[in-house]
Amino acid sequence: MGQEFIRKDRQDTPEPETPPEPLKVPSAQVAQVDAVLDEIDEVLELNAESFVRGFVQKGGQ
Amino acid sequence: MSVHRVMGIETEFGVFAPDDPEADPGALSHLVVEAFAAASAADGRPLKTAWDYSGEDPLRDARGYDVPKKLARPEQLTHEISHAVPNLVLRNGGRLYVDHAHPEYSSPEFTTPTAGVRWDRAGEIVARRAVAELAGREAGPHPLLYKNNADGKGASYGTHENYLVDRQVPFEDLVAGLIPFLVTRQIFCGAGQVGIGAASEAPGFQMSQRADHMERLVGLDTTARRPIVNTRDEPHADSRKYRRLHLIIGDANTFDVATWLKLGTTAAILHLIERIYLAPKPELDAKLRSLVLKDAVAEVRNVSRDLTLTHRLRLENGESATALEIQQRYFALARQVAGRDAETAAVLAKWEEVLTGLAANPATMTEQVEWVGKRAVLEGLRARHGLEWDAPRIAAANIHWSDLRLSGIAQKLRAGGLFETLISDDAAAAAVEEPPADTRAWFRGSAIAKFGADVPAASWGTIILRGEDHLHRIPMVEPLRGTRVITEQILTESGSTSELITKLTVP
Repeated sequence: MGQEFIRKDRQDTPEPETPPEPLKVPSAQVAQVDAVLDEIDEVLELNAESFVRGFVQKGGQ
Repeated sequence: MSVHRVMGIETEFGVFAPDDPEADPGALSHLVVEAFAAASAADGRPLKTAWDYSGEDPLRDARGYDVPKKLARPEQLTHEISHAVPNLVLRNGGRLYVDHAHPEYSSPEFTTPTAGVRWDRAGEIVARRAVAELAGREAGPHPLLYKNNADGKGASYGTHENYLVDRQVPFEDLVAGLIPFLVTRQIFCGAGQVGIGAASEAPGFQMSQRADHMERLVGLDTTARRPIVNTRDEPHADSRKYRRLHLIIGDANTFDVATWLKLGTTAAILHLIERIYLAPKPELDAKLRSLVLKDAVAEVRNVSRDLTLTHRLRLENGESATALEIQQRYFALARQVAGRDAETAAVLAKWEEVLTGLAANPATMTEQVEWVGKRAVLEGLRARHGLEWDAPRIAAANIHWSDLRLSGIAQKLRAGGLFETLISDDAAAAAVEEPPADTRAWFRGSAIAKFGADVPAASWGTIILRGEDHLHRIPMVEPLRGTRVITEQILTESGSTSELITKLTVP
């Protein structure tokens, strides 16, 4: 049953022939994201290493 | 009404004070909760309602708040109200408190995924106000709050979803039907995480923050040996009618669509399972059972690390299928039993849109799928500086993503319209003060808003009101009572909690 079910449904929703391309984002969005990156870049550059080292949490639920 | 049910979502925030990295997280969490109380008191209406730890359902019947006088038990309850740990019941009917070493926001009970997004976003604003209040103080520490689930060094803290389900459905059937769905839904509700392994043992990026912290299928623990499905059976409602399904596998999301689909698709699958077991549907049941995974715990990690969505999960029946195919199967089943209401239709349409988009090319889904949007930003940062995934600047950006100040990366993207939003900032802000109208949270939150200190404590299933000479605990065991429609009039007509008690307890 399961096998038939999987096969049958595959015809309805065929897999893409080729695996998905590596990440490629529309260029307009890249420009907008870049603007955000400009804003955060300085902050990240200033203290990235010590910030990451310090960010230690206790386990929760 | 497939996506409609009583639900709630809780977030344990990451807490860290850059000006005092060694500060005790429990102490920081206390500061945060007290700071929100202080910020809320600025308008002259301090939050005075603590959590009612009585831990009992005062009445075992499901009549809700509306108890005949002979059953109301006036008694001194003050000793059961703890002020030792900051533990606030909010005017929106939710809760802000210290759980373990994290400040935790629990949303009020809601009945639609859209409302879930709104009151979850309200929690972000609560966190932001607490942080801003502390930032305005000269004396440190000045903690920041993060809507994430892992520190990348081995510690994880949760975002828990709660769904009331029909008690008649056997727990085993619920689990069997749900687990393949939970393992694969991360392809559209993962928040994205830098580092592979609980302590970032290998460099890289994966879909989910919680995947490396899931260690078994089912269990009672939440802080160690974490299970995909939690067996805690504490319905905070009539236990003969309801079971509360407590899920700890989910990520904290900052993308509206991720939170919406997380709640909406899970509710749709619970509806499917209830429909199958309450009125047997052998064909649907067989299809559901054909999705059972051979090793669900291992597949949580496999799926999280498979950014091309090509990994084939092994099924118990000897077949294999990708996470996308399994989700497509679930989608087809959910659609067969779906109600015709607008929200169900909208959730199904978005679910299909996202699955189709992910199948065509995951990279196009930057505005709907959080891990894809996050990956795009981090890839941009990597390309800009020629950095590997284990570079400190990338690890820092991974954390800054979830910083709930408006300078946090996800918040900046929201402000810039770079991902799809479902709830306006104004609607989210209003939900800090306003409870959902269609659950008992309405009565809880509205009574607190009106009477302040005369509601000394409340919990999900109780509310304590100050009477003439003693406190009264009013049971609210039915989540769908205590709504605005049922209680607004008596609340409006009551000038004091004593009057309210009289109106509630006189038949």
